[in-house]
Order: sequence, then structure tokens, then C-alpha cells
Amino acid sequence: MMLINCPHCGPRAQSEFVYERTVDSVAPAGASNDEAMQILFTRSNPRGVDDEIWRHTFGCRAWMVVTRHRVTNEISQVRAVGPEALP
Amino acid sequence: MTGPSRPNSGQDISFTFDGTRYSARAGDTLAAALLANGIGLVGRSFKYHRPRGIMTAGVEEPNALVTVGEGGRAEPNTRATDVFVYDGLAAQSQNRWPNLSLDFGAILGLAAPVFSAGFYYKTFFGSAKRWMFYEHFIRKAAGLGNAPRDADPDRFSQRAAFCDVLVVGAGPAGIAAAREAADAGKRVILVEQDDILGASLIRDPQELDSAWAKESADRIRASGGHILTRTTASGYWEHDLVTLTQRLAEPGQVPANGVAQRLWHVRAGQVILATGSIERPMAFPHNDRPGVMLSQAVRTYVRRFGVCPGQRVVIATNNDDAYLTAHALKEAGAQIVAILDARPAPAGQEHGFTTFNNAHPLATKGSRHCLKSVSGIVDGIPKSWDADLLAVSGGFTPVVHLHCQAGGTLEWNDAAQAFVPGQSRQNVKTIGGAASPAPVFSAAPVVPAKKSFVDFQNDVTLADVDLAWAEGYRSVEHLKRYTTLGMATDQGKTSNMGALARLAEKQGVAIPEAGLTTFRPPYTPVTMGLFAGTAAKDAGAHKRRLALFDVHAAKNPIWQPLGYWFRPRAYPMAGESLAEAAMREARSVRTAVGMTDVSTLAKFEISGPDAVALLETVCATSVGKLAVGRGRYTFMLREDGFVFDDGTVWRIDENRYLLTSSTGGADRMATHLSYVRNYLHPELRVSVVNVQEHLAGIAIAGPKAKSVLATLTGEEPPRHMSTVGAKIAGVAVLVLAASYSGERAFEIYVDARNAEPVWAECETAVVGTGGCLYGLEAMEFLRIEKGHLVVGGEIDGRMTPLDLALDKMLNTGGGFIGAAGLTRPALSEAGRRQLVGLEAVEGSIPEGSMLVTADGKSPEGHVTASAFRIMDGGSLALGQLADGFLRHGEELIATSPTRGQKARVRVVAPHFYDSAGERYRD
Repeated sequence: MMLINCPHCGPRAQSEFVYERTVDSVAPAGASNDEAMQILFTRSNPRGVDDEIWRHTFGCRAWMVVTRHRVTNEISQVRAVGPEALP
Repeated sequence: MTGPSRPNSGQDISFTFDGTRYSARAGDTLAAALLANGIGLVGRSFKYHRPRGIMTAGVEEPNALVTVGEGGRAEPNTRATDVFVYDGLAAQSQNRWPNLSLDFGAILGLAAPVFSAGFYYKTFFGSAKRWMFYEHFIRKAAGLGNAPRDADPDRFSQRAAFCDVLVVGAGPAGIAAAREAADAGKRVILVEQDDILGASLIRDPQELDSAWAKESADRIRASGGHILTRTTASGYWEHDLVTLTQRLAEPGQVPANGVAQRLWHVRAGQVILATGSIERPMAFPHNDRPGVMLSQAVRTYVRRFGVCPGQRVVIATNNDDAYLTAHALKEAGAQIVAILDARPAPAGQEHGFTTFNNAHPLATKGSRHCLKSVSGIVDGIPKSWDADLLAVSGGFTPVVHLHCQAGGTLEWNDAAQAFVPGQSRQNVKTIGGAASPAPVFSAAPVVPAKKSFVDFQNDVTLADVDLAWAEGYRSVEHLKRYTTLGMATDQGKTSNMGALARLAEKQGVAIPEAGLTTFRPPYTPVTMGLFAGTAAKDAGAHKRRLALFDVHAAKNPIWQPLGYWFRPRAYPMAGESLAEAAMREARSVRTAVGMTDVSTLAKFEISGPDAVALLETVCATSVGKLAVGRGRYTFMLREDGFVFDDGTVWRIDENRYLLTSSTGGADRMATHLSYVRNYLHPELRVSVVNVQEHLAGIAIAGPKAKSVLATLTGEEPPRHMSTVGAKIAGVAVLVLAASYSGERAFEIYVDARNAEPVWAECETAVVGTGGCLYGLEAMEFLRIEKGHLVVGGEIDGRMTPLDLALDKMLNTGGGFIGAAGLTRPALSEAGRRQLVGLEAVEGSIPEGSMLVTADGKSPEGHVTASAFRIMDGGSLALGQLADGFLRHGEELIATSPTRGQKARVRVVAPHFYDSAGERYRD
């Protein structure tokens, strides 16, 4: 069970979090229908570092992007997202 | 058999084995007590039912598996070496019939060639009939203990902990490391699977002794550290989380405070593994007989438990350690008949025993209870010795499980012929014997392969490894799965290295090149109850109570689970069945008025200047043109274009909307809305509040609903799909004119804390108008007849808006989630299943039946919900049918082989009642 450093709550056990999806499966605004389907269905599935969308569901409920090595589970960055994190 | 140094506690305790009463000394393991009572035969092997005794003195024991305890407390496959005797312990041998000594299944041993490696696979490849014939016998014959039938009466708890240093293993290295960390002011947890610390110091006295172990433990505790005995570090997970399984009672024992075991989640700053090593057996024919034991185990029984497992002993070794056993046995008064040392002279000669070099064992003879003689080869010449104990030492396998689970690599130590920890991935280091095992002689002796067991628990011999190789299994992972090597409760702790060496020999490569199977948690078996912890039985999923639960309960309804909730299914009157009550309630709605609790519906309040933008992203229908005070039906798509939920959206105020959706999908919808709002569109000026449990909901439906509502509110009720605020019983409510039943209907939403007076006033008005309460079953009848959809039934995640005939409602402006997915060509191809109605021509349409053109044909669709016409009688249903829109009028068979029911049906439009929607209008 990983230890994830919630940007709002600090380090918490993985069991408090829910994985949503990988960032590169989300089509950017303005993508064409074909591009959107390509992004949704054809994943890069890297053996290495990946940006993932997680939610601190059983904590503060905030969303975040976790940069995780998918082999070693090393987490190099956790970034807050949402209205509060806008510049 | 009792040796001279058996400690006398003065207090003997008694236990039973297969019903016979024996005595033991406090501190004995069951294995030690059995040996002390002269019991050699303890179990029957997994496949061949060969007689087996005690081989080890630790958790690696492959043979001596017994069931300990009775009733729901019984623990099958307990290692006799890993349970400490308590007064009244009851142990049973396993996998034998009618009894351990006279075992019918041993005949299988005679048929051993049939049960060789890959037996199951070969049987599966044969005709299915063959397997059907064998299966019954195989399941009976091959096996371990039986799971108890009763529920475990004890509790299992879970606990989380943090520490600076976690030390696994309280041998001399582990104790010293924990003591050093404690002295340095670190928060320390020291865990030991045995019930005492420093047990190996009793086996092998050195400068450090038990007194030092005790003094160290006192120091660790004094500085705030924790020491957990009977606790196994069973798994090493990400980010230095280690799970510990702690026994608070022995297997089968009544726990002092009701808690049998505890599961710890320990997040450690650093982990020190002092897990030691496990001695390896040697492979030679009949090496599995009772009376053949591992050398260190023999020493443990002699020195720690004061039990000498034999009086005339042959020792076979490839290393120096076994000579310590020879000395221990000699001190205990046993005779060392011969030592067969695989190493060339003069290895071992200095100890002064009858030592033969270049020697190894070749066979054993004896009865099913004991050993009588050992034969071997010395410098190529066969020899034989009378003996009642053969102690073997084939070298030492470091316990690297946790290191590997943490992601660490292994290195090959050629002198020890063993894998040792290499690079660590997490903050973990390995010390002591696990890091530097004793050197051994590397050359494997040549022995016949048949009946030379490598995996005792799975009955895998060298011949099986050879057969797997001959049949083309090259990878160690394939070897494992084909032969079942290294599986079952011991997970190959004593066997993997022996088999790996044989595979490497066959491949003609060095052992490290042959590869290794993966070490997975848990290290030793963990009771399932421990994972469940307090979430066992009814506590597995939480239950939510309706705000009006007590009001319903007072009416003694039939309850139905719905998501986390329980809702009334029907309110039967005296003598009524469920079906009768539901039909009466539904008729009341069709002819007069009925009311029901709809509080569980998902509800979200969405407000702010960008509320429409958010709604038009989530909903596939247009929302922007909705006037204040109006509402409409809506549905939501996944990104791939399939419908996943539906509901209604209401414009309460200029920038304020109420969105409802299905009960079962409430959590999913809450997450979806949060994701869209926070991740996809953080820039929107909108707030989404989940008001599912904040608002209680009451639906009033029927031709008299309008007059009832007018009485309740004193105002003109809103027209269909309109909403107004009002007061009932002096409480502010929101009235939505929406209909699921097909009648003129209203949903009344009220702050859940004030729901009771509103419900009471509504009930008085409804009943006073000749109506009644209705439950989920009546609601189902009503909505099926009307052709309204339900999430999880018609909306099953595989239907597009086109398939459900909802496509005309799609927002032509696009921009909603799923719009891109809908453009995929496959979603508009012919042959897709489409929503249809089904009318019975003959018989009653079975729930969940499939739709076929004739018996024996492939299904072309299925029934999603079936019911009866409420006023006229007759069976009808909703369903999904390939190209269903084009098949109205066609006759099909709705068949349910599992229920043994079928009906002839006609395909019709999915609206059986008021298809023009006239009953909504005033």
C-alpha cells in the first residue's frame, strides 16, 4: 500500500485514495472526434513514469495528479488540480 | 525417546492427537510434544498418501500438517512445528481414511506413475467424460485439511502503527540491531514469529545467551520500543509498509479477550531483515520417511525442547553445521552411527565421529512409523547402517522473501550455493544469516530420480522435474505450474532450491541462469478472517437508513435492498402475498392515488453562473433553454457513447438547478460530477453539492394526485414537468411534477430532518382520498407498463441513446461527454440490440429469460424486466433485441433454462400504457 502525499492533507495511506485514470487518456478540449477516440482507446501504457489522476476520496475529496513510476511505485510528484489550484 | 535435558516445568499439560490423550511440557511445540511421545507418523502426503513425519522445527514444515481446534475454531493445515501446546489442544491428522495408520488412499502411492507431473493437464486434454469420471475421486483423495463448516466464533482485529525502525526476526542479529536502534533513541518495533526471543541461542549456545536476549528486550521496551512475539512479517508492500500477523491465541485456542489474531499495518522509516535461513533437505529415494529430519531441526529438538528424536543416528551433510548436531546428539546420549559428508577428505574428520567423505545417502528403509536403516554410497561403494534417525543438511536458503517483495534483487553466493539479497529497492537492509549463509559443497550427488522428493508437500520428485523437462517445460515458472512445485501452504520454502538446481543441471547452466519464481506475500498462510477484520459478517458493507425508516418499519413492510439502502418493497395487508399486495398498490395508483418514499434517488444541487455549462457537459440533452420553474428528463453518457445513468434536471432559479439520477448509481454520479467539475472544468464558476441525503422525497401519483396535492399545499399544483416551492404541514417543500408511474404525479422534496410531519400529512390526505402507500414492487409494475427505463435493467452500460430510442433528445449542439464516442461507426451498425416491448402470446414471461426464434437457437436478445398488466391482466416485459425496432409484430420464445420456464411472446413498442402521455395533462 503506497503512501501518497496529498497536497492538502500530507502523507496518507493509499487506501484513502481512489485511482481514476491516467492523464494521457483525457482528450484535451477542442480535440476532434477521431482524436478523442484515439486518446481514449489507444493508451501509451508506459513501463515507467506516468501521470495519473487520483482522488483523496476518503479524506479531503480533492483531485490530484500523481506522478508515479509504474514498476517501482516511486512517486516523484503530487500536484493539486481543481479550481483552487488554478493560477 | 525423551532426552536427558528435557526441562521439567513441574506442570504437565495434556493434548490429544487423533483422539488419544498425551502429555506435554509448557513451551513445547506440538511437534516437540509428538516426538517426546514417540509419535513418528503425523500425516499423509498430498498426492500419494505416503506416511510422513516431522521434518523441521519451524514454519517451513512441509509434512506435519494437522487440523488444530474444534468447530468454527478449527484451523486446518496448521504446521505442528508452529503451534505451541496449550492444555486441551486437540489435533487431528489430515488426508487419511479411515485412519492415519491404515490409509486406504495409500493405494494411490502404488499408482504413482499415473499421478506424475502434469497429470491434471493431461486429464483435461483428454475427453471431458474422463475428467468428469475422475474428478470425484481426485477431489476426495488429493488434498490437505478440510475447512471448518461453522463460523469462527473469535474476532480478528486490525491496527496501524508507525516506527523509525522495524526489525524482523529476533535471533542474535535482529536483537542486536533492535537494541542498537533503541539505544540511539529510535522508535523500534521488533517482531518474532516464535514465542520466545533468541531461540537459536538455545540451539547454538554462544557468547550471547538467553540472559542477553532478555536484557536486550528489557532495554528495547524501556526506551519505548515494542516487541511482538508470535508475530510474522507476512508482506512487504510499497513505501515501506509491512503487514504483521500476530497470534494472540494459538490455533484452536479460546482467546483470552476474544481476539484471536491481529493484523498490523506498520509504516516504517527503515526495515531491518534478520530473517535467517532455512535448511535444505537432500534428494534421494525415500527421503520422505518419518525419521528423516533436517539437521538443525534435530538440534533444536534436542537442546531447546529436550527431546531426542532418535538414538541411533546417521547424519548426511554437505557442510560444517551438521557437526554441531552430531555434538548435540552425543551430549544427549544418542549414538552417531555414521556421518556421510559429501565433501572430500579431510572435511569433518576433526570432529572425531565416524565420518565418511565423498559420501551421500541413497535410500532409507523402515515402516510407516519409523526409520530402520539408511543406505548410502561412500567413494562409489554402497554401504548400509541401522539407524532410527537420519539428520540431513543440504545447505541453507536465506529467507529473502520480504527483501524480494520490497522489489530488491538477488545475487548468487556460490560458496553457499544460495541466493542472497543484492540491491534493495526500498529502505530495507538484510543482516545476519539471511545475508551471509554458511558455505556448502556445491556438487550434487547422483541419485535415482524416482521417489527422490524435492517438494514434500506437493509430492514432487526429481523424476517429475525430469519429466517436465522432457516434455518441454524450460522456464522455472512453467516447471512450477506443471508440477505444482513450490505451491500450497509452504510455498516451496524447503523445495525450490533443490528443484531449481535440477532444472539448471538439465539446462546445462549455472543455477542463477535458470531463474527463480516470484516471492509473493504472505510469507506464511494468513487466515482470511484477518483480512476481513471487523468488516466480517454484516459489517462488510455499510447500511443507510431512510430518514423515514421508523415510519415505514412501523407498517411492517417487506424490505428490499437497493444500493446501500433498504426500501419497502410492498406494504402487505393481513394475509396478502407480496404479489397480491404489489398489485393492489399499483391498481390504487392507476385508479385513485398512491404514495411512496423516493428519498434514495441521487440528487445534486448545481448553482452558479456556469451551471448550464456544467450540466450540458454531463447531460446528453439540452438544458440551456429550460425556463425557470421547468424540468425535463435527461440521461448521461460515458465517453465511449453508452448511456450510464438517467434522471431529471430542474431549473429552480435563475442560476440554480436540481439534478436527480438513479439510486444505485448515486456514488458513481457524485464522483463523475466532481471529476468533471474539478478536473475537466476547473475554470467554471459553478458549485456542485450532493444533496442525496439532505433531502427526503415523497412521490404522490394517480388520477387523484393533483387534488390531493392541492389540498396539501392550498395552492394550484404545478403542471407536468414544472416545479414550485410550497408548504406542507408548515414545512417548506419543493414540489416537482414528474411521473415515473405514467400517472399525473408529484415528487415532494423536504429537508430530511423535517420529513416526518410532511409524510404524515401526505399519508392522511392520500388515505383519505381512497389511496394507499406503494412500494418498489408496485413501482416496478407501473414503470414497466409505462415503458420507463431503469438503470441496471434496460440501461445496462451496453446501450447507446439510439438503442434506447432516446436519440431524438440528444443535444444537437454537441459538447457533452460521449458526443465523440457516439460517432464511432460500429454504434450505428445493423444488428445492435434495441429496446423493445414484449407481450405474452402464451405463458408468463420469465424474468431474465433470453429471446430465441426457436428452441436451440442462439439468443438474439433478453428480457430486462417482466410484469403484468395492472388493470387488464396479461404478461408483458421490456427487453433488448437485435434490430428490435424493425421486428415489431414478430413472435419469439422467451426462455429461461435456469428457471425451467418459457413463454411465446410478440415484439411490440415498449409502451403498454397511455403511449400518447395524455394522463399527465390536466
